[in-house]
Amino acid sequence: MRDVAVVGFAQRQMDVFPGSPTMVELLVPLFAECYEQTGWTRSDIDFWCSGSSDYLAGRSFSFVQAVDAIGALPPVNESHVEMDAAWALYEAWVKIQTGEVDTALVYGFGKSSAGLLRRVLALQLDPYTLTPLWPDTVSLAGLQARLGIEAGLWDEKAMAEVVARSLTDAEGREYPIRSGATTAAELLAAPLYADPLRKHDCAPVTDGAAAIVLAAGDKARDVCERPAWITGIAHNVDSLHLGGRELTTSASATRAAAAVGSLDGVEIAELHAPFSHQELILREALGLGADVRISPSGGALTGNPMFSAGLIRIGEAASSIIRGEAGRTLGHATSGPLLQQNLVTVMEA
Amino acid sequence: MTSPLTAPMRVSFDYTRSVGPVLSKFLTGLRDQRLIGGRLADGRVAVPPPEYDPQTHLALTEFVEVGQTGTVVTWSWVSEPVPGQPLDRPFAYALVLFDGSDTPMLHALDVPSADAVRTGMRVRVRWAEERSGVITDIACLEPADADADVAAQAPATGDGEAVTGIITPVDLHYTYAASSEESTFFRGLAEGRLIGQRCPTCHKVYVPPRGACPVDGVATIEDVELPHTGTVTTFCIVNVPFLGQRIDPPYVSAYVLLDGADIAIQHLILDIPADEVRMGMRVEAVWRPREEWGTTIENINGFRPTGEPDADFASFAQHL
Repeated sequence: MRDVAVVGFAQRQMDVFPGSPTMVELLVPLFAECYEQTGWTRSDIDFWCSGSSDYLAGRSFSFVQAVDAIGALPPVNESHVEMDAAWALYEAWVKIQTGEVDTALVYGFGKSSAGLLRRVLALQLDPYTLTPLWPDTVSLAGLQARLGIEAGLWDEKAMAEVVARSLTDAEGREYPIRSGATTAAELLAAPLYADPLRKHDCAPVTDGAAAIVLAAGDKARDVCERPAWITGIAHNVDSLHLGGRELTTSASATRAAAAVGSLDGVEIAELHAPFSHQELILREALGLGADVRISPSGGALTGNPMFSAGLIRIGEAASSIIRGEAGRTLGHATSGPLLQQNLVTVMEA
Repeated sequence: MTSPLTAPMRVSFDYTRSVGPVLSKFLTGLRDQRLIGGRLADGRVAVPPPEYDPQTHLALTEFVEVGQTGTVVTWSWVSEPVPGQPLDRPFAYALVLFDGSDTPMLHALDVPSADAVRTGMRVRVRWAEERSGVITDIACLEPADADADVAAQAPATGDGEAVTGIITPVDLHYTYAASSEESTFFRGLAEGRLIGQRCPTCHKVYVPPRGACPVDGVATIEDVELPHTGTVTTFCIVNVPFLGQRIDPPYVSAYVLLDGADIAIQHLILDIPADEVRMGMRVEAVWRPREEWGTTIENINGFRPTGEPDADFASFAQHL
């Protein structure tokens, strides 16, 4: 296996991005930041891979338009996934493993606010028995949360504690769109929105984009004093049928973690949990101990830009290594309904 | 920089899907007011039946009719329903284990408030009056009272043809924003002007402006006002009618390279028979009356010949 590291990371998150859903105007400065961090220009990037969705943009081939932000003459080696860009990162990592390329820039973008996000996402469900019922993401999450509450696996207080920690961590940070020190008791005083969920249990609708630069071996060492080496990366998927899997656990997250290998010594785990109870599911499924610091960035509950929030988790986990704050971290991403698909990556100094 | 232009946009289409042998059994059952599950390799009954067994990955072959009454396994309250959901007033989504089934199924439960639903409550199918073999043949679920008249929901006999496909209408609503560069272009049109932007690196002029030079990947910031004359670089004669077509074929759709621009815009060619349009033809914009102008390219009806001599091929060869 080739040694591959994260050597650059840039992100933007906001309530409403005022421009077009192709987000070219947002990607140009993000790429510029990546060039500045690495000292590279676009001609140093061997492979480009993005994650986005036309359903979010409301137009076809929006990812092709976004290639304008690269400057694609002469033509670039480029690919795309209709998933969170964490899976684009996986594709780029595999591409580097093949030996065909040494460097890659991975990016994700999405203007969630252009449509009614929780409704648009019904299009990711089973098209025969679920999508025609238009189950919104919040209602589906409510079904999952209640299952765990009534089985005694967690309670509303534990969920509120996740939210309180996230909002408190997000305070003073540049990118989260929700923040502010608070307590579980304060949060539990809020009314129910989608019984058993309160609004703060649900990630805010967030527009944004993110980019990560990957490099192999000496190319990584050349441009980064302390690269975040990817020592394990794997993803896994559960059944599309909601009735066909145990919703209070995440078998696919457990399988992905097992494929990565031991998680011993992980100091920080950035978990992509768009609903508060899903963090509790993930901590259990990944077997993370109480000593692991969870999502110090504030996590998805404080900002969840579709198609880049998972990539941002990996970027945040990598950044804590690059900055010298941690020696071993975990980045997690999810995609699909109710933690259907999970990607786990472990990085080390 | 002024704020970008926005407009409401609706994306509406039908997904037409074939269903395969397993879902055909389930959906044909719904049309005939029956709930059909499939037996999994481990002996459990799944409703709806998955096409392939989750453990063995073999196709399901044994089908079992289950009861139309079941038990709520979990539920969530929908305080603000969105369009397309089975009910347009607050309701509950529930996962329900129908009698005889081992996997819960999702549907909407019609109850007046969250106080009227609890895990473990008994519910039954409320059939839609008109059924065609789709999941919405179940209009919703409703509480099953202890004294329910079971005979009232006796299955209809089904001897019609098996369901082989479904049509799912999709209707999405967006607030579509133009980029700030595109907004400048459209606001220019509202004043009868054509505004492009120049790349600071390669100095190419893009109209409409794109936000980033696709060659250099840098933001285009310098506005350039362009004349209303140009050259036809290439064209096609549209002979085929299609849905939503606004003018009768045959007509000519062309790429017009405005003088001073480096990328052509697409528009109609007017006032000349289709078979006389040619590459290199010099044309000018034909604007609608000023009182009809808005922030739209439709301010220009099309382009018509200026009568000038044709441009040399070499003058636009790099812009094809």
